[in-house]
Amino acid sequence: MLIKHPKKSDSKENQVTDESIYKDRRRLLKSLGFIGAGSLLSTTPSHALNLFGSDESQTFQTKALKFTQPKPYQIKEKLTPEQKVISHNNFYEFGTSKSDPIANAQEFKVDPWSLTIEGLVEKPITLGYEDLFSKFDLEERIYRMRCVEAWSMVIPWIGFSLANIIKQAKPMSTAKYVAFETLHDPDQMPGQRSRFSGGGIDYPYVEGLRLDEAMHHLTLMSVGLYGKTLPAQNGAPIRLVVPWKYGFKSIKSIVKIRLTDKMPPTTWNLLARREYGFYANVNPQVDHPRWSQASERRITSGGLLTRNRIPTQMFNGYEEVASLYSGMDLTKLY
Amino acid sequence: MHMTVLKTIIHLVSLGLLVLTFYQAINDQLGADPVEALLHFTGIGAFNLLLLSLLVSPLAKFSKQIVFIRIRRLLGLYAFFYGLSHFVSYIIFELQLEWTLLLSEIIKRPYITVGFAALLILTALTITSTQSIQRKMGRTWQKLHNWVYVAGLLVALHFIWSVKSNLIEPLIYWLILTLLLATRTNKLKLFYRRRFSKNPPNKK
Repeated sequence: MLIKHPKKSDSKENQVTDESIYKDRRRLLKSLGFIGAGSLLSTTPSHALNLFGSDESQTFQTKALKFTQPKPYQIKEKLTPEQKVISHNNFYEFGTSKSDPIANAQEFKVDPWSLTIEGLVEKPITLGYEDLFSKFDLEERIYRMRCVEAWSMVIPWIGFSLANIIKQAKPMSTAKYVAFETLHDPDQMPGQRSRFSGGGIDYPYVEGLRLDEAMHHLTLMSVGLYGKTLPAQNGAPIRLVVPWKYGFKSIKSIVKIRLTDKMPPTTWNLLARREYGFYANVNPQVDHPRWSQASERRITSGGLLTRNRIPTQMFNGYEEVASLYSGMDLTKLY
Repeated sequence: MHMTVLKTIIHLVSLGLLVLTFYQAINDQLGADPVEALLHFTGIGAFNLLLLSLLVSPLAKFSKQIVFIRIRRLLGLYAFFYGLSHFVSYIIFELQLEWTLLLSEIIKRPYITVGFAALLILTALTITSTQSIQRKMGRTWQKLHNWVYVAGLLVALHFIWSVKSNLIEPLIYWLILTLLLATRTNKLKLFYRRRFSKNPPNKK
């Protein structure tokens, strides 16, 4: 007769994992991971619902928007997850690190707001906070966003063509350029309080476009993303989105749009003329002096091991704008 | 404190943080762009460890506790290890094995060139770090290892050159490095004259 003397280290029958669970282990682990990640994501909304929390740590409120989804702007590319779009921002007014804006912009006040369209126009316009969402038909447009630092995202913006406002203001024939200005409010924007905290930028942040670029239908005034109004760190309540140009052209939290006859100064060009031009069109053939622009890393979901480097396209793939620059030497006018 | 305890702490902190950061990056828990976060962590980590290794001998002299010298090599090795992780991460995760791009970036971009040069120096110091090699090399060993000061300067240059506009952090690092080098003024003068001056002092 065979007598078994089990060793201490031997497994007993009741310790063996059921085969069905064993075969399902990958999905189980994934779902565990999802619960973990989910609890991280939920910290913001649950915080917002905390009625008894102190006023010091208010979270910025966004609200759902009504909009249409015109076909030509619904591209098929994989979207960058909302959590990444709202936590990876270059908005030096709220700190120079990419995770700073979401941390420092939570108490930003956008209502009341005042946006003026002025300069060489026959009918200057002033828009209040509610006007930003009601005066123009809102559309959802999925755009590629290419940062000059050679990473990119795909973002479902909500807004309207800048041309709609400019037409209403009736530009004079002498108007050749459009200048934009971000809010200057050091009380609310810590980066504007000193040269050190704001990355050496002379505030307010200013940007500009040629009038024909501004009138192009792709040029968007965005008031929202992912179906809701813009989070503060993404440039609430209203920002520019010019998808064929590097991201720094897409100025945030705009208070002034001024039509002029001279090329307006632009912030990054003032800071480093050789590195950032007025046009700043996405162009894989013209490198930034310190890094190549030939390819980019597309930020979607997935960690370190995701192979996300893709070739950069001329005008970020928006070939329809090429005619705006015919005859121009884009290696000089970068 | 016993040196073994101190060494164990250095191992645990340096290795632990590196493993944790890689783990988080792989699982997409390191912010929106894990590649950028990882490059930043390994780069700053390497610089911190290099500065700590440079702090050892002034500290040992000042406290008259010569035993501290024994942790210098460990810190230096970890500085190299973090620097290597930084470079390897850049190749694998940032450039994603585009070798032609790597080559052109090292040649064309001065801030990458100096960073790469610093890593080459640290590699030479790492290879020659064992006691047997130290004994074999004799006097030349110290001469070679004085290049750590050049590596420090190159790393500081690499850092300040790589940022877009926020200079405050790299400037703080420059200040710390300058202070650490200032404790070695005499040695540096000698090193400079031997290496770069047209009229070197008598070589023994």
